[in-house]
Amino acid sequence: MSDIAIHVEDLGKRYRIGQREAYLMTLREVLTNAVRAPFRRFYSTVVEPRKLSRPSSDNSYIWALKDVSFDTKHGEILGIIGPNGAGKSTLLKILSRTTEPTEGYAEIHGRVQSLLEVGTGFHPELTGRENIYLNAAILGMKKREIKRKFDEIVAFSEIEKFLDTPVKRYSSGMYVRLAFAVAAHLEPEILLVDEVLAVGDAAFQKKCLGKMGEVAKGGRTVLFVSHNMGAVRSLCDRSILVDQGHVLLDGEPAEIISAYLSEYVSSANCGAFNGEIFWPNDAEAPGGDEVRLIAIRLLGEDGRPKSTFEVDKSIRVEISYRVKRVLRGMRLNLGLMTLQGELAFLTTDHQFREEEVFPGHYRNLCTIPGGLLNIGAYNVGVGGDIPGVKVLLPFKEYLTFSTAGRGNQGSDCYPVKWPGVVCPKLDWIIERIR
Amino acid sequence: MTPIKAHESPVSENGAASGFNSNLPVLVIRPSHGWVSLKLRDLWEYRELLYFLTWRDIKVRYKQTVIGAAWAIIQPFFTMVIFTLFFGRLAMIPSEGVPYPVFSYTALLPWTFFAQAMNQSANSVVVSAHLITKVYFPRLVIPLSSTLSPLVDFAIAFMVLIGMMFFYHIYPTSAVLWLPAFLMLALAASFGVGLWLSAMNVRYRDVGHTIPFLTQLWLFATPVIYPSSLLPGPWRIILGLNPMTGVVEGFRWSLLGIGDAPGGMIWASVGISLSLVATGMIYFNRMEKTFADVV
Repeated sequence: MSDIAIHVEDLGKRYRIGQREAYLMTLREVLTNAVRAPFRRFYSTVVEPRKLSRPSSDNSYIWALKDVSFDTKHGEILGIIGPNGAGKSTLLKILSRTTEPTEGYAEIHGRVQSLLEVGTGFHPELTGRENIYLNAAILGMKKREIKRKFDEIVAFSEIEKFLDTPVKRYSSGMYVRLAFAVAAHLEPEILLVDEVLAVGDAAFQKKCLGKMGEVAKGGRTVLFVSHNMGAVRSLCDRSILVDQGHVLLDGEPAEIISAYLSEYVSSANCGAFNGEIFWPNDAEAPGGDEVRLIAIRLLGEDGRPKSTFEVDKSIRVEISYRVKRVLRGMRLNLGLMTLQGELAFLTTDHQFREEEVFPGHYRNLCTIPGGLLNIGAYNVGVGGDIPGVKVLLPFKEYLTFSTAGRGNQGSDCYPVKWPGVVCPKLDWIIERIR
Repeated sequence: MTPIKAHESPVSENGAASGFNSNLPVLVIRPSHGWVSLKLRDLWEYRELLYFLTWRDIKVRYKQTVIGAAWAIIQPFFTMVIFTLFFGRLAMIPSEGVPYPVFSYTALLPWTFFAQAMNQSANSVVVSAHLITKVYFPRLVIPLSSTLSPLVDFAIAFMVLIGMMFFYHIYPTSAVLWLPAFLMLALAASFGVGLWLSAMNVRYRDVGHTIPFLTQLWLFATPVIYPSSLLPGPWRIILGLNPMTGVVEGFRWSLLGIGDAPGGMIWASVGISLSLVATGMIYFNRMEKTFADVV
């Protein structure tokens, strides 16, 4: 049965920007206008409010979403990723019917529930018990359904003892747990989830992700907006990349995430270099009369320079340099430092070298294996010398990169930051001796 | 990984049509133009939410107060005491043969209900912004639940009226059977006004500032303090254009047996109330789609 759960075609949503929002005119303005142009005013407020909005050529409008088309099959978990303000949330809002599209259309086959926020409609004065009913009803559950699942919800939230306490006395953790417990028990055919997993402690997040995984296995369709790449990778079957209101890429989560990380996160987070530094002018390049650098590049497994890597993928550091004289016993050192300046490790090409180096253009490649680094950011430093004789190239940090994804010591579905400057994947043998 | 071009639908027209599973409910989302349906079936689907929101309003109203639901009595009761002192005793306003306290309290009951319902529903949509921007449900549920929840206060305050009628030895006739009809009229009037005000309030926050003032003026335009018989005949029809006139007069007629049996004035009120509800629903529905973007 090749059935489509959601069919979206050329969906667009236009917002008006700026303070002079026509909708927010005060009554006085409306009244003065009404006196001036009674008929036009009546027509535009009462009969056809949309006519107030002038055609889209006006640049005080912004298209939060434009020409978005995609399909989702039943049972598919679609991850929607993209930078902030890309239109991801607008898309979910349209599909959940909280706001209307300006153009295009969508067809949804099945009962939809949306989770744009946990704890929607929680009332601080009401008790945990009362809020479960209220929140569940707001999210679209029937009373019978709530009664049936009530005990399960309470057990999931781990707040049995405080069930009859007003939620305003709850700690924020308890509040979130209760809210998510309700949300996790929604059983629609199609679930729309916005960035709601960013709340709560790591252990609870893991539990929620597990619950979502179950939902997915139950054959339901999930649209999942998240910045949590680990969650998207482990939960989703497919992913789309949205930016500036358009769907740019559609495909395997792993590929889309890599593309996204290298395109967006790198330039935003990791400074000016974007995984590459080069000195076109030889005289200004670091070094001296013996050795001068040409370029340093950080390459991903696809051979492209970037500054954000996935922690379980290898990084190739490419160092190009010029040797100007015959040198005896030279070596290059490559070091990774934490942003706090702590040296993670230092590696050298010494034992790979010939005794003598002749003038020319050289390129060294050093592969930092996947599964070694921790999640975080590192500076890349390079230096060169003839040990005990001369410093050819003072050790200096030139590039910064960051690692993301799930750490080696983290759980299966959530990237937990593990202590330590590196986080190597090592073998363990567990034996029972007696 | 396939780059998606604008204007390119991943599924052909035919493929889209045949690929759908027919036994699931289908929801079509598209921009609405012109007159939209009132979506009353949707409202019926969400009747449980209406119940829960009403129940929440009632539960929360007197939380963390010392005397709790007694507030429901205090307001109309002390208003009645003050009216009796100033209008009954000092201004000697006629009360058609029944003691002034009962005369004014009988009118204050539906009036207090109306004022509360109007106040709450006018602000209801704005106050529920957090719901509107996050979850879909028929927005009509919001002002409707705000109109229904003051009914509990009304019921509590009504007990006092029964006590007062006993005290003054006033016993209702069979006309009391009409009372529910007048209560319905009060509901319709406040719902109609609430619909207009709540939808307008989303765009024009001026409405919020107008309401206390509006409530005060409206009280004097309604025969709460004075009997409508104070006015000459033709003026009464005009007074009847205020839907609360019909309600107040109807309450007095059915409970105390004073005033005229339902006539032109009350029919005028009924007509106005129903048209307020009808136009209010249409206006509300037209504004509804922009709520999430504007509120």
